[in-house]
Amino acid sequence: MNDSILKTLTVSFLVCLFCSLVVSYAAVSLRDMQNLNKLNDQRIKILKTAAIYNPEESIESQFSRLTPKFVDFSNGKLLDAYGEYDLNTYDPVYFSKQPEHSTPIPVSKDIAIVKNRENIGKIYLLKDSTNNLEKIILPIRGYGLWGTLFGYIAIDKDLNTIRGLEFYSHKETPGLGAEVDNPKWKALWDGKTIYKNNTVEIEVIKGKVDSSNQMASYQVDGLSGATLTSRGVTNMLVYWFGESGYKETLKNINYDS
Amino acid sequence: MTVKQYKQVLAKPLLEENPITLQILGICSALAVTSNLSVTLVMCVALTFVVSFSNLFISIIRNYIPSSVRIIVQMTIIASLVIVVDELLKAYDYETSKKLSVFVGLIITNCIVMGRAEAFAMKEKPFLSFLDGLGNGLGYSIILIAVAIVRELFGTGTLMGYEILPLVSNGGWYPANNLLLLPPSSFILIGLMIWGIRAYKTDQIEPNEYKLSGHASAPDLSKRELNV
Repeated sequence: MNDSILKTLTVSFLVCLFCSLVVSYAAVSLRDMQNLNKLNDQRIKILKTAAIYNPEESIESQFSRLTPKFVDFSNGKLLDAYGEYDLNTYDPVYFSKQPEHSTPIPVSKDIAIVKNRENIGKIYLLKDSTNNLEKIILPIRGYGLWGTLFGYIAIDKDLNTIRGLEFYSHKETPGLGAEVDNPKWKALWDGKTIYKNNTVEIEVIKGKVDSSNQMASYQVDGLSGATLTSRGVTNMLVYWFGESGYKETLKNINYDS
Repeated sequence: MTVKQYKQVLAKPLLEENPITLQILGICSALAVTSNLSVTLVMCVALTFVVSFSNLFISIIRNYIPSSVRIIVQMTIIASLVIVVDELLKAYDYETSKKLSVFVGLIITNCIVMGRAEAFAMKEKPFLSFLDGLGNGLGYSIILIAVAIVRELFGTGTLMGYEILPLVSNGGWYPANNLLLLPPSSFILIGLMIWGIRAYKTDQIEPNEYKLSGHASAPDLSKRELNV
């Protein structure tokens, strides 16, 4: 009799037991590979932002050219150690969600809708063979149209010129806002200037940049059909290069070098 | 069971009893993952794997499944297979799994998988059920691949990421049709396919559930009273 209570319980139990064994085996045996994939994916984006990515070389060795540093947002100081946390595995986005490690941004100042900013961030320095600073790679994030865009921006040693921009996660519309991943558009950022008289002037404008305009080096072509995403990118740059972002940090790096 | 019967079980769902165009099942993933051909191919392999093996395993234990909990038992097996596929993708094809995101997990709720388990695997022998799953998975794949080819080719001018039609925005001649990148375009494409298949196989046309009545003569608006 298939429908007796005992049989029902036995069959359900056995099926569940067997399935859970299969699922746990798959999850445990593949976990290392999955974590490595995730890590490499983010590292590739950082390397691409720094424009030193070479698909043929091992990611590990390329990534070792970058020096990670903690950033204390309260005073803009670069730190080599922060509590018990490991510099290589520290994830600023994770800590921005922990109340004891983050600061809520007042709504009036939160133009990029970041909501909570981690107290201690992490940036990467790219140095040349003689140990001189070449580029700085900063993580940025902000709200677009459908969700938060997460990315990295590379700036030159003059601390004012953009060298690259990459997003590793976003939810924008394919063909419209998702064109933030278009290599042609990303290439437009190289050489653009961030600050003018100490205020952030960089902006994604509507339409094409008129190169005869004196503000042309502060402007990037808008994404057609994606006004809100373009505005989101502008806002996130204004936020992250502003007072509560990396402004102080960049000043400190300037004094150091 | 003869070879001919096996062949029939495998071939019928490809066109004649296609799960998407005849039964209109599995539409949500057909809308969501067809804007890019390479992603679609991975999704098709994933679904075909899940529906074949869920049919096989359910059929093996079909005589022991108590009817009162049969749906839960089927779901447990299907869900386990889907999780395994998801984990494999994350480990071996991370790029695609990122693009497919939640849609691999949603294979669990794909009506084709559940439908074949209930309608076929609960009654038939394991090997035959496996073939039925395989056939339905391939039937689903045919439609998805066709939709994906149209959407990717005319939406972005590429196929599998290789440029076929050079876009105006990249200095070519083809103006991309952005509508095809949005999910509703697959509705239109699948609708056209259903129309085409039913025009060719007229026995698929369902009888109307209602009768159209003629228009009543329009009331003469010039004679209405205005209560202002």
